Amino acid sequence: MKFLFGVTLSCYLLGMAKYFLYLTIRRKILFIIATVFIAAGFVFHTGILVLRSIETGHGPYTTTFEYYTFFSWAIVLVYLVAEVRYKIKDLGSFVIPIAFISLAYAVFQSWHTETTEPVIRFWLTIHRTLSFIGYAALTLTFGVGIMYIIQEKQLKSKHLGAFYYRLPSLEVLDDINKKAVDVGFPLITFGFISGIIWAWQRDGYFSLDFKRTILMIITWTIYGTLLVISCMSCYEHHRFRCKSQDSTCRDQGEVSLWRKTCRGIIECPPKIP
Amino acid sequence: MNVLQRFPEIKEKVILSTCNRVEIYARVGNVDEGVRSLKDFIYKYHRIHDGELENYFYTYFTEDAIEHLFKVSSSLDSMVVGEPQILGQVKDAYTYAKERKATGMILNQLFEKAFSVAKKVRTETRIAENAVSISYVAVELAKKIFGELEGKTVMIIGAGEMSELAARHLISNGARNILVSNRTFEKAVELARELKASAIRFDSIEDELVRTDIVISSTGAPTFIIKKDMVERVIHQRRNRPIFFIDIAVPRDVEPAINEIENVYLYDIDDLQHVVDANVKEREKESQKAVKIVEKEVGQFLNWLDGLEIVPTITALREKAEAIRQKELEEAFSKLGSVSDKERLVIDNLSSAIVNKLLHTPTMNLKKQIESTDGHWYIKVVRHLFDLE
Repeated sequence: MKFLFGVTLSCYLLGMAKYFLYLTIRRKILFIIATVFIAAGFVFHTGILVLRSIETGHGPYTTTFEYYTFFSWAIVLVYLVAEVRYKIKDLGSFVIPIAFISLAYAVFQSWHTETTEPVIRFWLTIHRTLSFIGYAALTLTFGVGIMYIIQEKQLKSKHLGAFYYRLPSLEVLDDINKKAVDVGFPLITFGFISGIIWAWQRDGYFSLDFKRTILMIITWTIYGTLLVISCMSCYEHHRFRCKSQDSTCRDQGEVSLWRKTCRGIIECPPKIP
Repeated sequence: MNVLQRFPEIKEKVILSTCNRVEIYARVGNVDEGVRSLKDFIYKYHRIHDGELENYFYTYFTEDAIEHLFKVSSSLDSMVVGEPQILGQVKDAYTYAKERKATGMILNQLFEKAFSVAKKVRTETRIAENAVSISYVAVELAKKIFGELEGKTVMIIGAGEMSELAARHLISNGARNILVSNRTFEKAVELARELKASAIRFDSIEDELVRTDIVISSTGAPTFIIKKDMVERVIHQRRNRPIFFIDIAVPRDVEPAINEIENVYLYDIDDLQHVVDANVKEREKESQKAVKIVEKEVGQFLNWLDGLEIVPTITALREKAEAIRQKELEEAFSKLGSVSDKERLVIDNLSSAIVNKLLHTPTMNLKKQIESTDGHWYIKVVRHLFDLE
């Protein structure tokens, strides 16, 4: 297991270094090598999680070591999905470091195992899986957010440096962010709910870890507000275009279920002519 | 091309003719006669008196000619360095010549190499990456804000030539909904008809800004037409969706302070010019890298060319040595008078061994060096040293 850990960390480190190098030297081969390293690291990483789960008899959700290992895995998973979907070559430089740090941090944690009662294991598994993949999606928004800020600064300052040419357009970054929130927000919401059920099942009464709950509520509120604001903006724009009989009115694009629901909440029923 | 085929001195030829250059690439039998034939062709073809164009000709031979072609196809010799059209034009010229069987082994290899050099320059340097004209920079900026321009709404304020040009660029990049506004409404209607756009009244600009993504302004107004408070109201109504102002008017039409508002981007003509200047500098820097690539490739091509020459060179060298040996042997035998057959054989073998051993190392080294980057120099030196021309 320690060997697998070393290999995974090395893969991520090498992949990350190649992504950084790609930022300065635009050689496609660097990007390809980087992605191969990350994908190979991901395979080994999955191996670690499987071995650990076999060893403990439950998913990797109970100790700090397991949290960070799983969280890191989820970030790489979300990154790879985004990479395949959007083909933004510089995304890796902004997201993979977070996964690497998370995994490196896990190494310094105690490797002891904990057992859980099979009765509450179901809700614990649901709670932690949903939460961590949700957090990973939101971590992606963090990386993409930094890219957005850099690109916006370049455009505003009118001094167009290397990043202006290398980073994608604001619209594309905004779009990835919206989609990541679309996926991440429901996941952390259900994660939150299943967490309450799990805590209730474990203790037999309604008990919440104060520190975690507060942090959770803050995160949830921030992303919830973001989602509502962006939905409203999107909806208003759409409504305006339809009012002005714009030809793009019918072109709704990929509107997620959440956004449709959001529209419903803001103005129900939607008066789209 | 058919006329040029009639000149026997010109073995292979490609004629490249673009808006600012006419070049003939040729392999000739005799250099001086070849050049004369090419000039004759130009005078005859264009019915110009002999000698009239003498000051406008430039002639390159072997190495310089190869380097020139590589630079031309890599767009290093263009007025706008890095422009993409020239490679296509060179390809067309070559295909045209090849189809008429005007090219042979040398020019085929040369042009194929030129295309691969051009590709290498394009992928390994950033020579063609950044826009170097104001309207292209504006389109590039718009793309960095909005991604694709498909379905974006563009408003043109002031029906001038500059704004029309910028609008046409945006349209060719996918912008579809175009609004034209002018103080004289009739002029707006006129331009709108040309661009298949819709004309809007000058006093409805603020209302229309709510649905506009890109604004190009170029009126002759002495004061600002777009003011900060107006844009603040608009951006609120737009729910913070980004809006991009391109102000190409002097004096300015758009209040510079609007750039401070979130999600509002303003570039005036000077800003765009700064970007163009920076990009031109960047291209020049990149072109130095490109020149290095070209030089290396020229060396490689010359080696290939010399590879064709190495066998004749070695043969000539051996023939010359053999001729000297035979001559010296005859002189020696005549001086010696009566020599037995055995003695004659020994002397003959001795001279032949000296010549062979003396030539062995240089021949081997020549064969080895021809593969290095400056191998063609060795052939030149050997030919010169032993007077093999």
